[in-house]
Amino acid sequence: MISRRPCRAAVAALGCAALVSAVQAKDTGMAFVSSEKDNALAIIDVKSLTVAGTIPTCKRPRHMQFLPGATTLMVACGDSNRADLIDVAARKVIGNIPLGDDPEAFDLSPDGRFAYVSNEEDGALNVVDLTSKKIIKSVPVGKEPEGVKVSPDGTRVYVTSEVANMVHVIDPVAGKVLKNIQVGKRPRRFALSADGGELWVTSELGASVSIISTRDLAVVHTINFEVKGMRPDDITPVGLTLARDGKTMFVALGRASHVAFVDVASRKTNNLVLVGKRAWNVALNRDGSRLFVANGLSDDVTVIDVAQAKAIKTVPVGRVPYMVVVDD
Amino acid sequence: MQRRANWILALALGLCALPLHAANLTIGVLTRADDERLDPRRVELGYPGQPGGPLGQAVDVAIKESQFELDAAKLTVKVDAAAARDAADARTLMQRLEKEGAVAIVLDLPADWIVRAAPAIRVPMLNAGEPDDVLRAGQCLPNLLHTYPSERMRADAVAQMLASRRWSRVLLLHGTTQDDTTRLATVQASIKRFGLKPVATRPFKLSADPRERDLANPLLLTANVEYDVVWVVDSDGEFARLLPYRISLPRPVVGDGGLFAVAWAPNFERFGAPQLARRFQRGVGRPMTGQDWAAWIATKSILQAAFDKALTPAAQLKAFVQPGFTLDGFKGVRLSFRAWDRQLRQPLLLTDGQGVIALAPAEGILHPTNVLDTLGADAPEGLCKTR
Repeated sequence: MISRRPCRAAVAALGCAALVSAVQAKDTGMAFVSSEKDNALAIIDVKSLTVAGTIPTCKRPRHMQFLPGATTLMVACGDSNRADLIDVAARKVIGNIPLGDDPEAFDLSPDGRFAYVSNEEDGALNVVDLTSKKIIKSVPVGKEPEGVKVSPDGTRVYVTSEVANMVHVIDPVAGKVLKNIQVGKRPRRFALSADGGELWVTSELGASVSIISTRDLAVVHTINFEVKGMRPDDITPVGLTLARDGKTMFVALGRASHVAFVDVASRKTNNLVLVGKRAWNVALNRDGSRLFVANGLSDDVTVIDVAQAKAIKTVPVGRVPYMVVVDD
Repeated sequence: MQRRANWILALALGLCALPLHAANLTIGVLTRADDERLDPRRVELGYPGQPGGPLGQAVDVAIKESQFELDAAKLTVKVDAAAARDAADARTLMQRLEKEGAVAIVLDLPADWIVRAAPAIRVPMLNAGEPDDVLRAGQCLPNLLHTYPSERMRADAVAQMLASRRWSRVLLLHGTTQDDTTRLATVQASIKRFGLKPVATRPFKLSADPRERDLANPLLLTANVEYDVVWVVDSDGEFARLLPYRISLPRPVVGDGGLFAVAWAPNFERFGAPQLARRFQRGVGRPMTGQDWAAWIATKSILQAAFDKALTPAAQLKAFVQPGFTLDGFKGVRLSFRAWDRQLRQPLLLTDGQGVIALAPAEGILHPTNVLDTLGADAPEGLCKTR
């Protein structure tokens, strides 16, 4: 999730250059957790795994991503119809960008110029020019779009619709849907394989992950999950992220309160790690040794030691944690 | 071999009946004419379980939000709506809808009209407004499904909540209409099922006769007995509405006043519910009620079956009860129809009208196969004989 591209001319107008000169600090050693109910981020000290403070934000903060340069965190707020830009070193909001009605998730174009935003209320993917801070396009998609992923070359944007049970493949320049791919019920979030050839998408009520070939734009495999002692109805996968070595996909199983370690090559689940209630989004630290899991129903974050496949600590955070970004 | 033959037959029929690329799907909607529940004076009181408006509105919301999938499946939907004046009229209209090619009918009719009219047709009917358990038991039909929760499910939900709080001593207050008597028996069964203890059962009466005034006095009705909670059974709602905080002990009121169980509450915050609630509010201009949710999910069921290529009434009916047929009702879990009485299994929301306080099934309640089946009639009871 963490983008560490250099601050480019294209985003200079946004204030990135100014920011970097004002605040030279990078790598704060902190993890940031958005809380849907608190209008704030919780800050976790990654070394001591204790809460180091909070940052007030716009209302109902959910998806977060670093802007190029990794000093400014962009936080989409569902109830404020905008994103706040947070200086993570100074721990305060330094600006905002309008995103349209009820923004949930977004991804950035490779050059950092555009944000592609899923707008739940409108049923649209909005294209936001981060330089002019204007919505320049709105592409209608199925109701309740959620996960957004930009292809590494920037020519395609993938977005899920929770109601239409589809992945829409969008040409962001033309502002057109190129293809609709039917996947499992209530598709949520994306992750790309290391070579970009596979797009993994979780289906919360399908209890599965659909793997889409990005070349053929078709589902090539479906992974169904089983957890001993849990019924199929309790397995509701949402967040997922790829290990730094590209060999393992970490999939949060929602109400099943486990994170699955899936071997990318064989599609087999090698480990299941018990975490908090309704495991939602997952994020790795920089070297990939630790996985942070936001638990939406138990209001905490579980930290997993990846090598041992073991939870090492649970840290209480704000109410209804949604996502973690680690900046260690 | 048999399966293959069926498939070929279906294909042949499909080719004859449908144009090559696009297909039409007709959804019937049958409600009651001059619905007294929708009298504006009644609606504005907003008693628990009160419908907010005609159910066809929720049907339209469900179709509209499915446009992307309908386009992808090359399906065009037509809604064929009718309003019945009585049971005989309902029967005529059902036959008309069947003749006009409805693949399924969403119903909002009183139980006794359904009992008398529904056996006349074979099209699947989805009951989205009537909670009477008799339709899921003695009077069940093979083509009658229910998306609206039954009385028993609602009573079980409240009883589970009390059991999980260990508020086990229950004072029962009940009205004296025929409906109240039936529903009281349902509540008493739920109380027994979840191990609660009825400490007293007392009738109340809102009467024109001043000599009966004591029967409507909350202080007198709740005095001289120890209890953890008052459970009020009031099918009308006027008495129950003003019962909380007016009883003799500082105890909660549940049932038809205070805390009650519903299929849907417009202020439910979890599982993407606000999106659906806002979509409904925006499209229709009023809050989404339990009946609206039931009509919405009934329509979603019909559309989902159609996306699975079930384009005839028989195919729809078969699709609904397939084990793999699961629905997304914005309640956090997959929903499906029970094979034994064709009731949609679903979590219920416990609310005081201001917020959703808890969900049923309550945590810690267990079931050998699906915990949702702890609400309402379970398979081994065998109450519905027709399969």
